[in-house]
Amino acid sequence: MAFGSVQAILDAAANEPLWQAVLDDDCRDRGVSQQDSLAKMNTLWAAMQRSTREYDPDRRSTCGLSGGQAAKMAAAKGTIAGPFIQEVISTALMVGEHNACMGRIVAAPTAGASGVMPAVLLPLQKRDNLSDELMVQCLYVAAGFGQVIASRASISGAEGGCQAEVGSASGMAAAALVHARGGTPAEMAAACGMALQNILGLVCDPVAGLVEIPCIKRNVMGAVNAIAAADMAMAGLNAGIPCDEVIDAMAAVGKSLPSALRETGEGGLAATPTGRKIAERL
Amino acid sequence: MTIFDIMGPIMVGPSSSHTAGAVRIGLLARHLLGVQPLAADILLHGSFAATGAGHGTDRAIVAGLLGMQPDHPDIPRSFQLAKEAGMDVYIHTGELRNAHPNTAYLVLTHPSGRTTTLSASSLGGGRVQVNAIDGLAATFNGELPTLVVRNVDRPGMLFEVSAALYQHGANIASMQLHRDRRGGLAVMVIECDQPLSEELRRDIANLDGVARCTYLNMNEEA
Ligand code: SF4
Repeated sequence: MAFGSVQAILDAAANEPLWQAVLDDDCRDRGVSQQDSLAKMNTLWAAMQRSTREYDPDRRSTCGLSGGQAAKMAAAKGTIAGPFIQEVISTALMVGEHNACMGRIVAAPTAGASGVMPAVLLPLQKRDNLSDELMVQCLYVAAGFGQVIASRASISGAEGGCQAEVGSASGMAAAALVHARGGTPAEMAAACGMALQNILGLVCDPVAGLVEIPCIKRNVMGAVNAIAAADMAMAGLNAGIPCDEVIDAMAAVGKSLPSALRETGEGGLAATPTGRKIAERL
Repeated sequence: MTIFDIMGPIMVGPSSSHTAGAVRIGLLARHLLGVQPLAADILLHGSFAATGAGHGTDRAIVAGLLGMQPDHPDIPRSFQLAKEAGMDVYIHTGELRNAHPNTAYLVLTHPSGRTTTLSASSLGGGRVQVNAIDGLAATFNGELPTLVVRNVDRPGMLFEVSAALYQHGANIASMQLHRDRRGGLAVMVIECDQPLSEELRRDIANLDGVARCTYLNMNEEA
């Protein structure tokens, strides 16, 4: 049975690592062996790695709006963010653009937000020389928290706005990062909750209805926010509101968003003069 | 919802509903036909029509008709590949009455020359649903082996079909009945827990009053 609350995951993680509790639950839920579940998660991790390798800076999206920006970001000199965050930013752009250009990605939790998880995990793995095994554990942690968000709130922009897509991805990534750095389950919950708090209310307003503007760059925001939330949680900062309550607030906010701000391409950036012009041109 | 509905699927972008779901619609259509169509006339409705070109919905459906899965890297090149495979493709946009916003209407030509029509919708997250086959309502998603039986609407038909399934030890997971009018043409959509043998399908097709029996198993090659 899928986890219905973050508290339920924390309870299950009292006697074993949190990622293991999520893995065990998956085995019970789908009636598969640990080996099967792990093999599947390994495939997803390999596909995330592959999506950045397959990125082609010369490729453009079907409508011509996107492509090539990640390479520019990666090549930029003297960034304020410094080399590590610069790599996070360019990885998020890379996967976002790859997705927009009909490349192969891993929906996490959706295609629009597919850049967030690889953007935080790949540069960290490289910098700290972390094992693939640990990265796969991180994906279990992320999926566990994502499951709660999906069941209590939503992971669909059409239902809950972009807080449900890039927001969920950011919360999931924050929890995963805490695991990567050896943090506790309570810190994972705090990190996820803080990341979500920061993105509460984010609207879904894709220009011309396409997963390009602002989606690609929102993956950057989701990734950087996840890193900040994970660092805050591991520094022992108090999240203020428990993660479950934040998720419930996210559900309530999503319900009160007008439909123009839920993937219809009628409000927000899509409704700006330039946004409309682009939509007309296509 | 399993953790792999959250993490995954691996797919060609940009959109799970407009791209991955569209590939699945094409795949479903190919499986229903049983072979690669000679020609495909594809009508896109609603959001499929409005943003389909930008999302590659048209190319995704064609990729599915060619037998590609949603993570196949050649999906963007499907028009070219269809040409090479000798499949004629026509894409239009239009309005379908009372249809889900992400709906496609396909007219497929079988190598034998007969045509089949199919209406299917993409429900989000890559999940799809068939709404109608050859103009008759039929709702299913292709996740289980599915039998679609077109028959004359007469008493006893349902009993004979379920008796045949019972004799072959097939367990019915769900069953729906639709008809155009009393005594007219009816459709049974039967989802089963296990794959159905060719022999069983032939037995049902040979029943008196059965006009056509179509079988769909997405786990088998088509
Ligand atoms: S703006 Fe909408 S379509 Fe774009 S990533 Fe966010 S939720 Fe997805």
